[in-house]
Amino acid sequence: MDFRSSDTITGPRSEDVLPTTATAAVKVVIVGGFGVGKTTMVGSVSEIRPLTTEETMTQAGVGVDDNVGVESKTATTVAMDFGRISLSDELILYLFGTPGQERFWFLWNGLFEGALGAVVLIDTRRLQVSFDVIGRLEERGVPFVVAVNTFPDAPHHPVEALRNALDLPDEVPIIDCDARLRASSRDVLLTLMRYLHSLAVPLG
Amino acid sequence: MSAPRRERRKADPELSDPERLYVITGDNDGERAALDLVTMVVSQADPSPTVQPEQAAILRLCRAPLSVAEISAYLSLPFSVVTSLLTELLATELIESRAPIVRAALPDRSLLEAVMHGLQKL
Ligand SMILES: Nc1nc2c(ncn2[C@@H]2O[C@H](COP(=O)(O)OP(=O)(O)OP(=O)(O)O)[C@@H](O)[C@H]2O)c(=O)[nH]1
Ligand SMILES: [Mg+2]
Repeated sequence: MDFRSSDTITGPRSEDVLPTTATAAVKVVIVGGFGVGKTTMVGSVSEIRPLTTEETMTQAGVGVDDNVGVESKTATTVAMDFGRISLSDELILYLFGTPGQERFWFLWNGLFEGALGAVVLIDTRRLQVSFDVIGRLEERGVPFVVAVNTFPDAPHHPVEALRNALDLPDEVPIIDCDARLRASSRDVLLTLMRYLHSLAVPLG
Repeated sequence: MSAPRRERRKADPELSDPERLYVITGDNDGERAALDLVTMVVSQADPSPTVQPEQAAILRLCRAPLSVAEISAYLSLPFSVVTSLLTELLATELIESRAPIVRAALPDRSLLEAVMHGLQKL
């Protein structure tokens, strides 16, 4: 592996250095179809300039045409944007904005496991691009809220129509947001935390 | 709304138990410590001339706490490469790591309150 000499490595800017007390981290994943505003949301609430981590995924593929039965392996590099919010001197929240090809997200070990929850961003002009990821979160039991990103020419549907189209239970919050605005993105995260908190209330 | 309609999926017990998944993740290749993207890492020593350049870079970066994801980003190395480098540094006690607080079957209300409190200050 080609490695840059460690003298040339730029670490965090001095204002981004965490205090030594920062020992507890939590994470939230921001998902949704292509171009719905995931990177924008990570960037608008992050205290650091968003960073990118990558992973090489090896997928066993099935041989094509005349190579029936021959297995081929394809390596794909998946890059992911993330940001950070210091919640206190000890507690740090990391936000991961998953990239384009959703089948890879769930192969990335450790991305969804242990996340407190997820934000599903949707664009009402292309609702169905987020269908598959919602199903995958349901299968994995990852709690999520739905944030409707307000693009200027996007049709506005009443929440109940969206809930019906997305086939979501009544308790799953659906809220409007503008991912470009820090306060709006923060409110989405607060909605997620309140929802998670409500799940902690014993039923009956 | 005349758009296509999604159909709800059921939780798959094979996929949805966070604790079980956690074990699988860590045991993936038998050798790697169960390091999460947001495991926090802090150096315990200055790099000695015997460590690899990548590991020396990690020891310098982590004089203040950093997540594994940040180390991967600053070193431009894939997550899995970073976790193997960290595993060696952990074994020789040159770094210390702190596992993240993960989603549990019953959510931890005081943790969620601390997160909300922090977000409200933004
Ligand atoms: N009007 C408006 N535009 C937005 C909003 N959020 C994002 N955009 C724009 O939409 C485009 C796509 O946003 P991205 O954040 O790159 O979307 P993404 O989900 O990360 O896209 P991929 O990673 O390619 O899947 C960008 O040009 C953003 O500026 C929003 O809330 N309102
Ligand atoms: Mg993006």
